[in-house]
Amino acid sequence: MNTLIAISGLGVLCLLVEMFNARKAIVPITILGLLAILGYNISVYNTLGTFYNNMMLVDRFSVAFSSLFIVITTVLITMSHEFYKDRPTKISDFVAIKVFMLAGGVAMVSFGNLAMFFLGIEVLSISLYILAASNRLSLKSNEAGMKYFLMGSFASGIILFGIALIYGATGSFDLTTIYQVTHTASYPQWYIIGTIMVVIGMLFKIAAVPFHFWAPDVYEGAPALTTATMSTLAKVIAVATLYKLAIILVPGQTYAFQMIIVVVAMASMLLGNIMALRQNNVKRMLAFSGISHAGFMVMTLLISNNSANILLYYATSYAVAGLAIFAVIFYVMKDKENETIDNFNGFGKTHPLLAAVVTTSLLSMAGIPILSGFFAKFFLLSQVIQTGWIVLVIVAIISSIISVGYYFKIILAMYTKDSEQELTSIPLVYKIVAILLLVANIAIGLMPNLVLNLIS
Amino acid sequence: MNVSFILILLLFGAIATYFAGDKLAKTVALVFSLASAVFSVYILNLHQAGINPSFISQWITNPNVFIALQVDGLSLAMLLLTTFLTTIIIFSSFGNQYNNSKTFYALVLFMSFAMIGTFLSADAFLYYIFWELALIPIYFIALVWGNGDVEERKRAIIKFFIFTLAGSLFMLVAFIYLFQKAGSLMLSDLYAVRLTSQEQFWIFLAFFLAYAIKIPIFPFHTWQANTYQKAPAVGTMLLSGIMLKMGLYSVIRWQLPIAPIAAKTYMNIFIALSVVGVVYGSIVALKQRNLKKLLAYSSLAHVGLIAAGAYSLSVDGLRGAVLQMIAHGFVVVGLFFAAEVIERRFQTQEIAEMGGIRIQDSKFASLFMIVMLASVALPSTFNFVGEFTLLYSLYNVNIWFAIIAGTTIILGAVYMLNMFKNVMLGDKDSRVFAVVTTQEIIVFVVIIAVLLFFGMYPKPISDLVTPPLQEIVGRINRL
Repeated sequence: MNTLIAISGLGVLCLLVEMFNARKAIVPITILGLLAILGYNISVYNTLGTFYNNMMLVDRFSVAFSSLFIVITTVLITMSHEFYKDRPTKISDFVAIKVFMLAGGVAMVSFGNLAMFFLGIEVLSISLYILAASNRLSLKSNEAGMKYFLMGSFASGIILFGIALIYGATGSFDLTTIYQVTHTASYPQWYIIGTIMVVIGMLFKIAAVPFHFWAPDVYEGAPALTTATMSTLAKVIAVATLYKLAIILVPGQTYAFQMIIVVVAMASMLLGNIMALRQNNVKRMLAFSGISHAGFMVMTLLISNNSANILLYYATSYAVAGLAIFAVIFYVMKDKENETIDNFNGFGKTHPLLAAVVTTSLLSMAGIPILSGFFAKFFLLSQVIQTGWIVLVIVAIISSIISVGYYFKIILAMYTKDSEQELTSIPLVYKIVAILLLVANIAIGLMPNLVLNLIS
Repeated sequence: MNVSFILILLLFGAIATYFAGDKLAKTVALVFSLASAVFSVYILNLHQAGINPSFISQWITNPNVFIALQVDGLSLAMLLLTTFLTTIIIFSSFGNQYNNSKTFYALVLFMSFAMIGTFLSADAFLYYIFWELALIPIYFIALVWGNGDVEERKRAIIKFFIFTLAGSLFMLVAFIYLFQKAGSLMLSDLYAVRLTSQEQFWIFLAFFLAYAIKIPIFPFHTWQANTYQKAPAVGTMLLSGIMLKMGLYSVIRWQLPIAPIAAKTYMNIFIALSVVGVVYGSIVALKQRNLKKLLAYSSLAHVGLIAAGAYSLSVDGLRGAVLQMIAHGFVVVGLFFAAEVIERRFQTQEIAEMGGIRIQDSKFASLFMIVMLASVALPSTFNFVGEFTLLYSLYNVNIWFAIIAGTTIILGAVYMLNMFKNVMLGDKDSRVFAVVTTQEIIVFVVIIAVLLFFGMYPKPISDLVTPPLQEIVGRINRL
């Protein structure tokens, strides 16, 4: 609970620092603050409970995922000083919005009441709308913000309608009460309709097929740092929330619900990967790759045993690989009109170390062993096969094979083509972040137990 | 000291090579590969003395995964093959100049590390990791340092990568399924799982996809010739000399004992596919105009025979397969090295542009001749022992298999001698062939010495590999 208050306080502090004209101090202060909050959050790992009449419910799940969100936000904010170098006056806004977004995310994994959940999702979404449109003078960025806002608010409306129906059926917003009602007494049909609406809204937020249409356009138009935020932080938050909601709201593992999840997962994996093959724009490609990973992560809803741990592991590995790639993309795509793969040409010769980071991170996403992405897929699929959905596993494998095709487009561009651009040195902060993330990727790959047993 | 040390040594060697810089890289790589070869002989000594140098330690607790490295006669034979061939391959590349050679040699050592890991692993999870890991360095070696047009090379090599990865992912599905049944991925636990014949069929098929692409068995061979041609000499030698043995070894170690009923039921189909590969490879080789492609197709034919022997499910067949795996490893490295020696001087792989070499350098001609004759299984060479045993085991299954597969020896002699005639003989034309260097002669002499020694006295290897093979065949027949 205190984590959430502290994060909100930190966001306000960022805005205040601006008033005292200490712009340079914003990023360091925020990083220190976030690290302190992370330390506090880890220290409450064993003292769990509910707060404010069940509005907040702090359990292992919420603590573990909040820590992951804080780490991702810290990485994003570390890079924001360099990223917004040419617009220094706005930095406090950008940093503060990201911190508020984190607050929304923490609320979304530790809610005990659907009102709190909706509050969280709105804080998160509104922050993202602003960030997507934050490059005020760029037409594309404006378009992205508008598109995301229109579609996102529609999805929020559906979620709200679903919550209303659930309230109508059970007479409560409180999760424990809802759980008791649905597991002990009979409930009206519209409870199921309400649940489905909430799930649809969340599937929109994680960009799973068939609610994925906004993702490529928004990812492409938004400034690169916002794209990074959306594809790592926002996606991980949304998936964790969907997991938490589905576990509590869906009574039992009904065949119908499983069928929905299987179809969504299959469609996301196949469509995401096949569409990504055709992309030439790196951000669009990563958007489609993100759709396919959403399909993978949704599969955790099918399995009963150990599923939260596996979701956490998968989300961590996905975020670590994604952030490392984006750290390099910030440098490669800086001030570029077109953000095509050609910008990576010859990168392997000019910057061998960072090319190696990109290569390993892409291999991790494709699921090549020793990197954490492989372990994530292995743990996930080994549980899915237990549920009997062998078809789903085979589709997952086939889509992994397809994904190699487009991940290797970037690798081929880096190593086989020659660069036409002059050699510039990469900003130190991107370099450090990228290398640290690579180390983290290999570390959680070699020692999966670091992450895998946090929620039991 | 246990066997895990050899993996640490090679991994450390790869890192050290990278940091040694471009000038020292090849020397450092040679030192480390030689050290690994010496260490593998030490392991052999331990094994002969009755000490078990295996290594087991828990890795991940929740899904039950072990770091298990097992040493028996079979894995030891492959270990020795890998370490010695890597040393020869690295030494053979001393005549080449590679850009960024520190990365190149580091990748070669890293690949050796991964391949040895594959041969030693006794836990399927670890095995799979090494299996996939071996793919990454060869991909970059072939892509960055390969020859020919960049676009064509890219296409050939990405095809190779995606084919191999696709096959092995199906193997992964099979392992995941087995993991649910057995609760562990240790080899001994997987051997103990009881599977219905239908389950075995699917698992056998998933394994077959992975191995048939790697080996390659007809009709999964389409990546092979182009990749061999485009890859640099070192890459081709690593691929054909060692990497395809990973597939053959895995058939014997994993596929047959885990799914014995399926192996027995569908034995004839798989032998037939392998034999088709033998004939197909030989016939296509007759028509080749590119030297490296010709050698690639001849390799396809020989490997098909090995696979057929392995699927014959008899001790003779498996023993012949292992012997021929080692013999083929050495001979194919020798052949590709000869092609490389010519390419260094003539800058071409086209047979039509060669000729007149024997007149200028009879020493090279004799060395090439011996290696070439070994590859067509002339008696007293190691390959003769291997192919004879393989054909004998096929004869025991069905005489027609032996007869059809036997044509490979005749056709092999035809295309090999033809190739020799076009490449080496003829009048001296305008091209000048510089005499082979001492370093090149050493490589040939070492390979020829191995081939002739074991050709006349194959007992040490045979004695080494027979007990584990008997155990495997016993397991297949008991069920």
